[in-house]
Amino acid sequence: MLSGFAGQLLNGLAGASTLFLLAVGLSLIFGVTRIVNFAHGSMFMVGLYVAYSLAQWLAPLAGGAAAFWLSILLSAAAVGALGVLVELLVLRRIYRVPELFQLLATFAVVLVLRDAALAIWGPDDLLGPKAPGMKGAVQILGRQFPQYDLFLIFVGPAVLALLWLLLRRTRLGVLIRAATQDREMVGALGVNQAWLFTGIFALGSALAALGGALQLPREPANLGLDLGTIGDAFVVVVVGGMGSIPGAYLAALIIAEIKAVCYGIGAVQVFGASFSFSKLTLVVEFIVMAAVLIWRPWGLLGKPQGMVRGAAAAEAPIRPMRRAGVVATAALGAALLALPLAGQAFPYLTVLMIDLLIAVLFATSLHFIMGPGGMHSFGHAAYFGLGAYGAAALLKGLALPMELALAAAPLVALAGGLLFGWFAVRLSGVYLAMLTLAFAQIVWSIVYQWDEVTGGSNGMVGIWPSARFASKTAYYYLTLALVGASVFALRRMLFAPFGYAMRAGRDSPLRAESTGIGVIGVHWAGFAIASLFCGLAGALYAFGKGSISPETIHVGRSIDALVMVLLGGVQTLSGPIVGSAVFTWLQDWMIRATDYWRALLGFAILVLVLAFPQGIVGGLAAAWERWRPPAAAAEGRR
Amino acid sequence: MSATLLSVRGLDAWYGRAQVLYGVDLEVGDGEVVALMGRNGAGKSTTMKAIMGLLAARRGEIVFAGERIDGMAPYRISRAGLGYVPEDRRIFTDLTVLENLEVGRRPLRAGAPAWSPERLFALFPNLGRMPQRPGGRMSGGEQQMLSVARTLMGNPRLVLLDEPSEGVAPVIVEQMADMIVELKKQGLSVLLSEQNVPFASAVSDRACVLEKGQVRFVGAMAQLEADEAARREYLEV
Repeated sequence: MLSGFAGQLLNGLAGASTLFLLAVGLSLIFGVTRIVNFAHGSMFMVGLYVAYSLAQWLAPLAGGAAAFWLSILLSAAAVGALGVLVELLVLRRIYRVPELFQLLATFAVVLVLRDAALAIWGPDDLLGPKAPGMKGAVQILGRQFPQYDLFLIFVGPAVLALLWLLLRRTRLGVLIRAATQDREMVGALGVNQAWLFTGIFALGSALAALGGALQLPREPANLGLDLGTIGDAFVVVVVGGMGSIPGAYLAALIIAEIKAVCYGIGAVQVFGASFSFSKLTLVVEFIVMAAVLIWRPWGLLGKPQGMVRGAAAAEAPIRPMRRAGVVATAALGAALLALPLAGQAFPYLTVLMIDLLIAVLFATSLHFIMGPGGMHSFGHAAYFGLGAYGAAALLKGLALPMELALAAAPLVALAGGLLFGWFAVRLSGVYLAMLTLAFAQIVWSIVYQWDEVTGGSNGMVGIWPSARFASKTAYYYLTLALVGASVFALRRMLFAPFGYAMRAGRDSPLRAESTGIGVIGVHWAGFAIASLFCGLAGALYAFGKGSISPETIHVGRSIDALVMVLLGGVQTLSGPIVGSAVFTWLQDWMIRATDYWRALLGFAILVLVLAFPQGIVGGLAAAWERWRPPAAAAEGRR
Repeated sequence: MSATLLSVRGLDAWYGRAQVLYGVDLEVGDGEVVALMGRNGAGKSTTMKAIMGLLAARRGEIVFAGERIDGMAPYRISRAGLGYVPEDRRIFTDLTVLENLEVGRRPLRAGAPAWSPERLFALFPNLGRMPQRPGGRMSGGEQQMLSVARTLMGNPRLVLLDEPSEGVAPVIVEQMADMIVELKKQGLSVLLSEQNVPFASAVSDRACVLEKGQVRFVGAMAQLEADEAARREYLEV
């Protein structure tokens, strides 16, 4: 037993090295550029693929050992160059736009790289060769331990030491540390930040690729690694403290060891019930992160982040709709009511419109907390999932009628929103984003493993609406009515005193508090309301599709919601509606048009981000502001 | 007045939609110390930030050493030989004194005094006693000295010195005055933003007084000292 435990701890050390390499570059990049780089996991993935190909090409040319190690180092260098390319072509153009748009741009890079990998390496998993000279195992405490894993244990600390030397003993390192604190001042002292940023991006990408390439003998290269690893990387960075290199190693060590211990304990009997610790491993890092964020929001070895100077301008106040807006809304409503008539000719249209309406509610509910509340939730899929699974479980498990299940399911999401929101609203910025991501991951993991209620990885099927709403047209009208009423209600709330209080709390928590607004309470209520409406979107989705699986509530759906809101424009009220409609339509059209729809969508997002840094609606509003006669402009400003 | 080193013509600047500078004209000659004076909010710091390229919303012509620098990125303005010491010092708190100096280090420049950590430690003996101390564990006065020393490491020809006497002990203010006199002796030009009239008079050749973003007085420092009405109108609280 004891030796088995020690073996698990050794496994944990090897895992810590991998996690550290995966995350440390992300931490460096965030520290200097303040960019939350979603494409970091993609660099890890591409690093593994490139190492696989290099190992194949080099094997006939060089000796086995030389080919193996050379391919790992060359892969890191190649992906470092890829990082330079991404920085020069995309990020350099958007350092001045709000940080969420930078995030959107890095997500577009994820999509493009995913399809590039698909085109080059195909959809099948590719397992690389074993490391020459390290194919066997060594005897440790009476157990077989793979030699390669033993080697990995030392890689993490070695890279940590090298990075430490770089940061402490070189001019570049001093500049990196200075820029992490105050990059504008570094520029005023004559340092060209642009090249510093390019350099840090290259270094960070190369480190991620090194982490990926070192997995060559252990893990097959596959297309799910990009989004599959980015969550872990974020967790390590947040737990360790953004920008802290030793913190990243400490966090990687803690998480890897806790995981290893959970595997080691396995299933235990608690009061006759069996509880499996190994099932915990899917979420353990997110539980650790949630605990750290609540106890020490800036991470174990991090420092509270200073505001980045010269950030985005203050948001303009929202305005009630003008007459033209009312007319347009009425016309849109009439068109939507009449739509099933056209549906006779295009049956698919009704189905697409149901999806589109659900996306509108999903995005509008996220915008409710993100725009007016300033709370950038990265885990909105959780409440969508609670609504969808709530509806399915109430229908199947409790055998409620469909109408009742549909009405009660949002309450499940509300309960989740109340619980998670209580913690989340105490944080802000990137930390709030990461905590909400953690909660979403926890929800996903419970859904994935709770076979008795959720059907586990198979999901649930046969969740159909009652006879009254069985036809697509009837279900369309049901969806239209509920979504329309919900969007109106959410909008109405923003113009009520509650909405003013929420925006006041976003713009200046201190001043809002001193005028008597309980900011945390108001934001908590806002979070709960958003989760309630998001749950309704989830329930509508479940009945619309007839089945659900854990896939539908994975991290990708949270990102979709973010993309929809940002695409439309986070500072405008109609933004999420336009953004979700455009996104859903684009995605649907591209999926049917090409296998490489992700890359196409990624390019579309990049074009939109570069052309409309305020979102589609924000960009159009700014263009209108420039175009209309000065007298009218003065009128509007008054 | 000697040859013009820095010339500012018709400088306007905005914070968001609010205009804070209205057509500011300003000149600093080679080897000259000019005091930029005015009350809180008159636009002294804004003028310096605008010259340094740290404000995107600005308009006007800025010529330094015969070269147009308006529109350049801050790092290029710095490399042209213009040093900037911000009002709030902006020391890198995680970096040691020597590392802070390293960030500011630039190659030698013709026509400007050459600095090294050793020479700076002679100028600021306090800093010489704590080369390895992190910036975050220094007193306000020590941070002020470090901020000046860090900028001097770039071997500038002209330094924009934003309120060096603000919030530091009187003994440090005296040291700052001595330091400015010493820098002038070495051939450095200084544009000094200051509210403290005795301090400014002790070190400056000329004065330029701002009120509400506009230049109200330009002339020799002695002239401003003699003109009690102007002092009362633009400077006294």
